[in-house]
Amino acid sequence: MTEGVGQKLNNNELMEENKNTEMNKTPGRISRRTLLGGALAAAIIPVSSSFAKYIQAGVPVGPISDPTKTVGPGPSVLGKRSPFEHPVRKPSDLSSRTPLQDLYSTITPSDLHFERHHAGVATIDPGKYELLIHGMVSRPMKFTLADLKKFPSFTRICFLECAGNFRTGKEEMTPQDVLGLTSQSEWTGVMLSTLLREVGVSEKASWLLAEGSDASLMTRSIPRKGWDEAIIAYGQNGEALRPEQGYPARLLLPGWEGNTNVKWIRRIEISDQPFMTREETSRYTYPVKDKIRMFSFEMDARSIITYPSFPQKVDRGWIEIRGIAWTGRGKIVKVEVSTDAGKTWSSAKLQEPVLDKAHTLFRYLWQWNGENTEILSRAIDETGYIQPTLRQLVDARGTDLGGYHLNPVTSWQIRTDGSVLFKPENWK
Amino acid sequence: MKKKIRGRSIRFIMVIAYGLIAVMLMASHGNGAVKHQQWKGQDTTKWPATFGFGRTATAQEISLWDIAIRPDGKGLPSGEGDAARGKVLYALKCAACHGENGRETPGFKLPAPALVSDTLFKSKPKTIGNYWPYATTLFDYMRRTMPYNLPGSLTNNEVYSLTAFLLGSNQIIKPDFILNAQTLPRVIMPAKKLFVVDDRRGGAEVK
Repeated sequence: MTEGVGQKLNNNELMEENKNTEMNKTPGRISRRTLLGGALAAAIIPVSSSFAKYIQAGVPVGPISDPTKTVGPGPSVLGKRSPFEHPVRKPSDLSSRTPLQDLYSTITPSDLHFERHHAGVATIDPGKYELLIHGMVSRPMKFTLADLKKFPSFTRICFLECAGNFRTGKEEMTPQDVLGLTSQSEWTGVMLSTLLREVGVSEKASWLLAEGSDASLMTRSIPRKGWDEAIIAYGQNGEALRPEQGYPARLLLPGWEGNTNVKWIRRIEISDQPFMTREETSRYTYPVKDKIRMFSFEMDARSIITYPSFPQKVDRGWIEIRGIAWTGRGKIVKVEVSTDAGKTWSSAKLQEPVLDKAHTLFRYLWQWNGENTEILSRAIDETGYIQPTLRQLVDARGTDLGGYHLNPVTSWQIRTDGSVLFKPENWK
Repeated sequence: MKKKIRGRSIRFIMVIAYGLIAVMLMASHGNGAVKHQQWKGQDTTKWPATFGFGRTATAQEISLWDIAIRPDGKGLPSGEGDAARGKVLYALKCAACHGENGRETPGFKLPAPALVSDTLFKSKPKTIGNYWPYATTLFDYMRRTMPYNLPGSLTNNEVYSLTAFLLGSNQIIKPDFILNAQTLPRVIMPAKKLFVVDDRRGGAEVK
């Protein structure tokens, strides 16, 4: 699947190559593949538009001429990735997953941010956008997008993770397959508290309802403990939000399960009780022994090794094990790595600065002797919580775990031939 | 790194040094250095009582968007419905995705979740009968976003009737039960007693 997408991108690059060749009037051999690509481009894209010449032309992917002897394309209005890099999300009907194994650090490029929406991506005219705040307030108010941007702004980096972020079941799984429903951005917006101050929230208020303006009119009840850090975000990684992340404005609750971070937000109703919406009762809840647990807001500490991972291959010798760890309950204070299938654990090096409720990069230098083994990581957060094993979670919650708030330690098997395979675990 | 140091005194000094480093590390752990900064929405400069951005929302504007329904029935509109009418609507507008009777069909994957099973906890699949704690949620959810291809197209009476049909199919109300703003919040769902609020607050315990 990933390969298929990669091939598609290659075709696009071939089209760009052809454009590039035309524009620069570079003489030289044009391969048959390039010609085919060119024919495709001519059939699909009107290349002659005046705008097209300002779109950055890609570097040719075919046979590459000596870059010290070839003048490259000039400045452009919009940059793009190297044609040699093809990080892509992995979509299903309901979501798409971030390629964690392709990222070098903790910020997720906006176009690779995971998606989960309940009725597709809403298209909202920013000129018509309004946010209504009403209910237990002294003055119900509406704010345009321009209004929101006038208020004192606030920027922070934090992760955003779907409550259902964990897949297992087979060895041929990448970090993207296992935990791709987490991403990290630098978010900018107005603090919710700033807006609540403006409308005058009643002392008796204890919950609010956040409602999106997509076709699902998604709603979640948010208790007061979540209001202090909440942001009505309109910026993501320095630019406007991506449509998939709630353009033009969304609720952002750092460290809280993704679903509560209502996208395309249009209404906030201040109340003194939860509304018991579908997404907080029959969804985003999970069996714990003979009960069903609801209102699990903070994401529990977890980690994953992103290198080495399937389908990479490693060589005997020095390997820098790399990965990310995060917690919805503050900061990661420690990540431990085991290279002997969990028998012994050592502290990994954390990349500073370690941010609150943020993906934290860890590294651990390891000399592999070429034998079969398993490598694992476990996160420890500032509350003293240690990322549990699947066995510990099953013991605590029973076998009918459901799919939400499952944060077990995961393991990669290293085989003597250097291949790396995910270790699926069964709990039923 | 692994060079052997034979001198006794050197080894002694090393032990002391490692001990000191360990103590220092532990101290830096405990002294609050790792405590995260509290995020505050307010600037250090003095803020005005109001910034004057935004405007007062009118009652009409609020009522146009305020469609939420609470478990106590607040927000439920006038109108009514019953299972017989709901059955007809279900066949017309819901069955294509949720199956003929709302039940899971063995060997066939429905495009949308099954809606009907029994009322026993831990039976599969998890549906309205064994997993939904509030009947009002059904009304709220259906009116907001169903049917999937025509969200928000159902009338209030249609939503009451579909709610009645689904509650009836799950053996929660009798077939002739009339649902309206007064009767719907009084329906007690079998799964309600199972729901508990997460009480975890971090710390070492795995729960």
